[in-house]
Amino acid sequence: MNIGLEHYLILAAVLLVCGVLTILTKRNAIGILMGVELVLNAANVNLVAFNYYTWSGTAASPLLSGQVFAIFVIVLAAAEAAIALAIFLNFYNNFTTIDVERAQNLKG
Amino acid sequence: MEPTMDAALFYMFALMSAVSAIAVVVSRNIVRTAVALLFTLVGVGGLYFLLHAEFLAAVQLVVYAGGTLILIIFGVMLTSKSPFSRYEPKLAEVVIAISLGLVMLTALVAAILRADFGRPRQLAEPLAYPVDKLGQALLGDFLIPFELASVLLLVVMIGAAYLAKARRKDSTTGEHG
Repeated sequence: MNIGLEHYLILAAVLLVCGVLTILTKRNAIGILMGVELVLNAANVNLVAFNYYTWSGTAASPLLSGQVFAIFVIVLAAAEAAIALAIFLNFYNNFTTIDVERAQNLKG
Repeated sequence: MEPTMDAALFYMFALMSAVSAIAVVVSRNIVRTAVALLFTLVGVGGLYFLLHAEFLAAVQLVVYAGGTLILIIFGVMLTSKSPFSRYEPKLAEVVIAISLGLVMLTALVAAILRADFGRPRQLAEPLAYPVDKLGQALLGDFLIPFELASVLLLVVMIGAAYLAKARRKDSTTGEHG
């Protein structure tokens, strides 16, 4: 029983759908941030799996574009989490809640 | 690694990350959600090991599970009056979200099973993905994004510090930073 590319892709699809559902159903802003992290992880699994299974380059110098992309995604996710939490802290300070339903000051 | 061992490890890590990802969705307690997310991240890190991306697996465990998740848990602690605060979604939202999720999952799995991803990797080739190749790629082909990432991290550091400082100013003067 060999594990192929499809196994990883289906797992990434499950993670992606879970992330999207988290973004849609959570009302806690930090919960939404966790959903974003799930989506980014799903993308990372896809990148690394494609890098591994669709071989390119030679054995001496393999092309590692997928892994490099995944590293950049992790860096961006960490940066995004830091900024998002700073914004949430500001929001909490102004509204004393992080329920995103309360963030409707711009509603016409 | 033997194929059966490989498959067993894959199913273990895949089950771990998939089950805890579902727990992230259904859990209404934000602290439990964070713990479930931790297990998802660790499972994905294990999958990186299976894909011979050892450096990436270490980065996943250190930066994601060790850094980003701690940051999120700090956010939870700083923003919830009680650690067990709940925000229940409306029933209609849940129904719409679940149906949308099922449609998305079905479409994705159908697309994956039908797609042709080109020639598969030959398993007879050596599997070594030494980390020095990754370093050469980062400082060779990807030098400009690598340097831009350092600028981005500096900007994020200053921005997060500024936002956290503006928070304190807000409470005294009422001005928005």
